[in-house]
Amino acid sequence: MSVDATTVRRIAHLARIAVSEDEVAPLQGELNAILAFVEQLGAVDVTGIEPMTSVTPMAMKKRADLVTDGAKADAIVANAPETEDHYFLVPKVVE
Amino acid sequence: MTAAVNPKKLIKGGLHDWEVVIGMEIHAQVTSRSKLFSGASTEFGGEPNDHVSLVDAAMPGMLPVINEECVAQAVRTGLGLKARINHRSVFDRKNYFYPDLPQGYQISQFKDPIVGEGEVLVDLPDGESITVGIERLHLEQDAGKSLHDQNPTQSFVDLNRSGVALMEIVSRPDLRSSEEARAYVTKLRTILRYLGTCDGDMEKGSLRADVNVSVRKVGDPLGTRCEIKNVNSIRFIGQAIETEARRQIAIIEDGGTISQETRLFDPGKGETRSMRSKEEAHDYRYFPDPDLLPLEFDQAYVDALAEGLPELPDAKKARFIESYGLSAYDAGVLIAERASADYFEAVAKGRDGKAAANWVINELFGRLNKEGHSIETSPVSADQLGAIVDLIGEGVISGKIAKDLFEVVWSEGGEPRALVESRGMRQVTDTGAIEAAVDDIIAKNPDKVAQAREKPTLLGWFVGQTMKATGGKANPAAVNALLKAKLGIE
Repeated sequence: MSVDATTVRRIAHLARIAVSEDEVAPLQGELNAILAFVEQLGAVDVTGIEPMTSVTPMAMKKRADLVTDGAKADAIVANAPETEDHYFLVPKVVE
Repeated sequence: MTAAVNPKKLIKGGLHDWEVVIGMEIHAQVTSRSKLFSGASTEFGGEPNDHVSLVDAAMPGMLPVINEECVAQAVRTGLGLKARINHRSVFDRKNYFYPDLPQGYQISQFKDPIVGEGEVLVDLPDGESITVGIERLHLEQDAGKSLHDQNPTQSFVDLNRSGVALMEIVSRPDLRSSEEARAYVTKLRTILRYLGTCDGDMEKGSLRADVNVSVRKVGDPLGTRCEIKNVNSIRFIGQAIETEARRQIAIIEDGGTISQETRLFDPGKGETRSMRSKEEAHDYRYFPDPDLLPLEFDQAYVDALAEGLPELPDAKKARFIESYGLSAYDAGVLIAERASADYFEAVAKGRDGKAAANWVINELFGRLNKEGHSIETSPVSADQLGAIVDLIGEGVISGKIAKDLFEVVWSEGGEPRALVESRGMRQVTDTGAIEAAVDDIIAKNPDKVAQAREKPTLLGWFVGQTMKATGGKANPAAVNALLKAKLGIE
């Protein structure tokens, strides 16, 4: 698997990362090198082997349905560049 | 579903008849106290960002821990949809950017949902019923809310809803008209409310629909579909489908083609319009969420939940028809809300089921609707209505008096049996008293008596006079019989 220049631009856009035209070619090379590296795993025969989801065999932890959090609007918006009445303020995004 | 095409459901175009094909994705908010992956409250409303934990705000280092009740609710819903329950499911990240999605991804289920194929039996107003296939149900997080009208240059973001558990219920494209689509959502809502897994409150956004609509000539393969996002009332679902189907038919009949896209329904303008900005975002780059292990449980867990399920609408309807002798229509009306069904059963217990159903549906529901009451706030209790039905059954009051009595109980309250006595509402069944009234009227109206022999429909006039003379309390059957005998009418 390898990516072309168009795919590089598309991935950058989907990730909302600004990539200038002269960065596309170097990035394409880097991404393809990474993909080639990972592709070595394709040589391993995994027929009939369940994908491993955890290093230690354990079940998913669950919580009881209780309200144990919240009521900390000050802390929630503390790092926001702009707030009003505990709302986050962002540049207008309207369809 | 391979039912034959019903010509009545086709839409007439300029050139052909068109079949509309509809599939739906319903987002149902799970009834739970806290969120899917955090301990913040799910309560509706609240001050901005007050029901938010650091997990919901996607602060670095925060980890999701699943709410076991949300899992149980999804399984209960799956059971209610007669669906396959998957003992192992996986949470994935659905990646997209929007200011009310602080994580930059929604935790959802993609390849391995918690619930697989099921079905919903949908009754249509004409008495027909259809089976709608359910493709899957999965658990996912809700996003926050953006307000755009507070400020000319900025949007306000409130994360109170962020992380609340939703069930996305995906139907197969089995629906063939806006009417079927509305009936499907109505039925699904009833099932969810019976199960107690979603309150179905569409005004508060607890139930929202994405509607996939395409059109085709009968017998053709499926046409290209458009998805109408976030329709939030059953009426609008119907309108959106009609509008969108006609838009597509007009384009195709003009020689154009439909492009697959996401659209919004504007009920004010009665049109759907393209959400162009969303088109590119369809690349969600799903991958398994590394913060969450697969969700696994055994059949014993599912069985225990199945054990605790209430009687569901279809079973209740069948039982009402079977044990109370109700018509399918009446049974359907009574079971639409669990509270109505419970009320009816309280009235019908130990009484005539049909009489109880008539009083609940015709008198009580009619009155509740008119006054904007729900069954929960009914001024007439099931015990009071039951007593009225008893009084009719015992012949103490006539059906007509019963309506007056119902009025009194509705507006003033009180025990019906005592009211009948204290207000002298007991019907007169004493033939002697009725006969006296009848004789008096006959004696005073010799001309009418003569006419009645020629024209038996005049009997109605005599009945009216007798009822008036007895203050409406005479037993109508006795009055009729006596008058017929005395006037010599067959």
